[in-house]
Amino acid sequence: MDNPARAPILKVMEIDSDLIIVGGGLNGPALALAAAQGGLSSTVIDALPVGDRKARGFDGRSYALALTSQRLLSAIGLWDGLADNAQPMLEIKVTDGRAGEGPSPFFLHFDHAEIEEGPMGYLVEDRYLRRAFLDAMEAEPLITLRHQERVVAQDTSDGASVTLASGEVLKGRVLIGSDGRRSGTAERAKIKRTGWGYGQTALVCAIEHEKPHGGIAHQFFMPSGPLAILPLTGNRSSIVWSETEDNAKRINALEDADYLNALRPAFGDFLGEIKLAGTRFTYPLNLTIANSFIGARLALIGDAAHGVHPIAGQGLNAGLRDVAALAEVMIMAVRRGEDIASPLVLERYQQWRRFDTATLAMATDTFNRLFSNDIPILRMGRDLGMGLINSVPSLRRNFMREAAGLTGDLPKLMTGRAL
Amino acid sequence: MQAAPNTVDPSEVAKFEAMAAEWWDPKGKFKPLHMLNPCRLDYITSQIAGEFDRDLSAPEPFKGLRILDIGCGGGLLSEPMARLGATVVGADAAERNIPVAQVHAEQSGLTIDYRCTTAEALAEAGEQFDVVINMEVVEHVADPLAYLTACQQLLKPGGLHVCSTINRNPKSYAMAIIGAEVIMRWLPKGTHEWNKFITPDELCELLSQSGVNPVDRKGFVFNPILWSWSLSDRDLSVNYVTASVKPA
Repeated sequence: MDNPARAPILKVMEIDSDLIIVGGGLNGPALALAAAQGGLSSTVIDALPVGDRKARGFDGRSYALALTSQRLLSAIGLWDGLADNAQPMLEIKVTDGRAGEGPSPFFLHFDHAEIEEGPMGYLVEDRYLRRAFLDAMEAEPLITLRHQERVVAQDTSDGASVTLASGEVLKGRVLIGSDGRRSGTAERAKIKRTGWGYGQTALVCAIEHEKPHGGIAHQFFMPSGPLAILPLTGNRSSIVWSETEDNAKRINALEDADYLNALRPAFGDFLGEIKLAGTRFTYPLNLTIANSFIGARLALIGDAAHGVHPIAGQGLNAGLRDVAALAEVMIMAVRRGEDIASPLVLERYQQWRRFDTATLAMATDTFNRLFSNDIPILRMGRDLGMGLINSVPSLRRNFMREAAGLTGDLPKLMTGRAL
Repeated sequence: MQAAPNTVDPSEVAKFEAMAAEWWDPKGKFKPLHMLNPCRLDYITSQIAGEFDRDLSAPEPFKGLRILDIGCGGGLLSEPMARLGATVVGADAAERNIPVAQVHAEQSGLTIDYRCTTAEALAEAGEQFDVVINMEVVEHVADPLAYLTACQQLLKPGGLHVCSTINRNPKSYAMAIIGAEVIMRWLPKGTHEWNKFITPDELCELLSQSGVNPVDRKGFVFNPILWSWSLSDRDLSVNYVTASVKPA
């Protein structure tokens, strides 16, 4: 029929993949794999050469995966290859302590037997997780990997495209920023961030110890900052030790033996003799939240959306929740015939995740501020508080369910259901 | 344009023409429809998948199906159907909606046959479809039975007719007219005339008289806490939807 407003040129969208994912760390690959389950294709762009990302040695980094995160990895087909190298976290003990004085008598004790859903989580080393993601992506025909490529420009006004440093342009339907807390994707989209530093630095390392850890994770709240001992496979543990910036700088400058000497009194000798197992790392602690998790045909996930204080090991877990929520929202949209990058679809993701994230950011911030000091009244208050939580089983179970990630409006992938 | 007799009330068409340009702005005047859309699509897609034995997780599950979207407006339902692989005709009696919908489909890389016409005119021309989608239209027509009969004639034997409208009771008056038009200003005042609303029993009776067998009915329920819509088996008190099948 005669149609006066018919557009002169029929625009046909030629795309390289449905999703263009910038950042190939952990959340980006997880999203690509989850999206592939719903038939969506992805191009995953990472700045590092693939060799670096497949390094086999243990570099000391590991993650405390909440039970729900483990279920997500299972749902996207990764867990079978990881299970042998994962240490179940059977108990968590939280203690308020001061160096040299030993732990305060009041502590919280969480035992997985009380939540009846299996271990509260798993400790997995970075090297195994990264390799598993790379292998799974290489085996997935819907995923294209672009290693050692840097994005220099992006355009999401009509479709979603990025320009690589080589000048090559990649086109998709939606652009995903999974490029960390200094996300270039967010910056190029002019999404501002809110955040602050804590004046603290996390010293991270792995240790080998004489006595078995029994699958118990420890969290000590020291005046200078929290110290976590997380059980790895064998007689090894991962240490995440937050100190004031000045202290951290001083400690990190020490030789290995002196470094261990500084560490030892903080948690006592219950693990027997200790020695370093891998590289030492430092991370400045800060909180940074993107003012919006979405833009035109764009979504941010993981630290690009929210970098929280790593006090409870919730950084990767929060990122994987983004992954599960965004994958579910997009796959549901595909099955309804909706445009996966329409503002309405992306808004569903933002609504789902922003509230959760704000709660987490506030909780970890408050927790850290409350525990990172040596004011007697606060110390007494928190000891009593911990004693109280510990003595009331229902409160304790709520804390555990929170730590295991079992609270809130869970995406399907985190309940062990397929999309 | 079409000179065929039609049952569209001219005063109704003018109201929607005034709003046509805003169809695709999710925060614009059609925000309520955009909010309701996922819920409508969930119902429509699951009914079609069930009736024609299609797997929604497969690519282009509706390939081979010819679908008519009556009162297509800006194409909020036509585009998803085309994306799912169907051959889609979008019909609207408001002439201004057609170019708006056409331009948007082309921007989205979709091929949809948008026509300024009516159900009656299409039926007279002998057009046949596997599915007729007829959402929030029947409460705007002058003669519902004549209109639904035209919809029935457009169906192939075994075809599916999905029809939604608004119930007639004090609650629907409060929600659809006072709530949506006066308080929330979601819809322009005068969008709906309450006495044209139809109860589910009346609609099913009309559908039966038109020659199709009603097989399912569900409510669209707005949750003001979650600020979103969901499907309900029991609550058909305001917005509701029906599915009917033309005997083979």
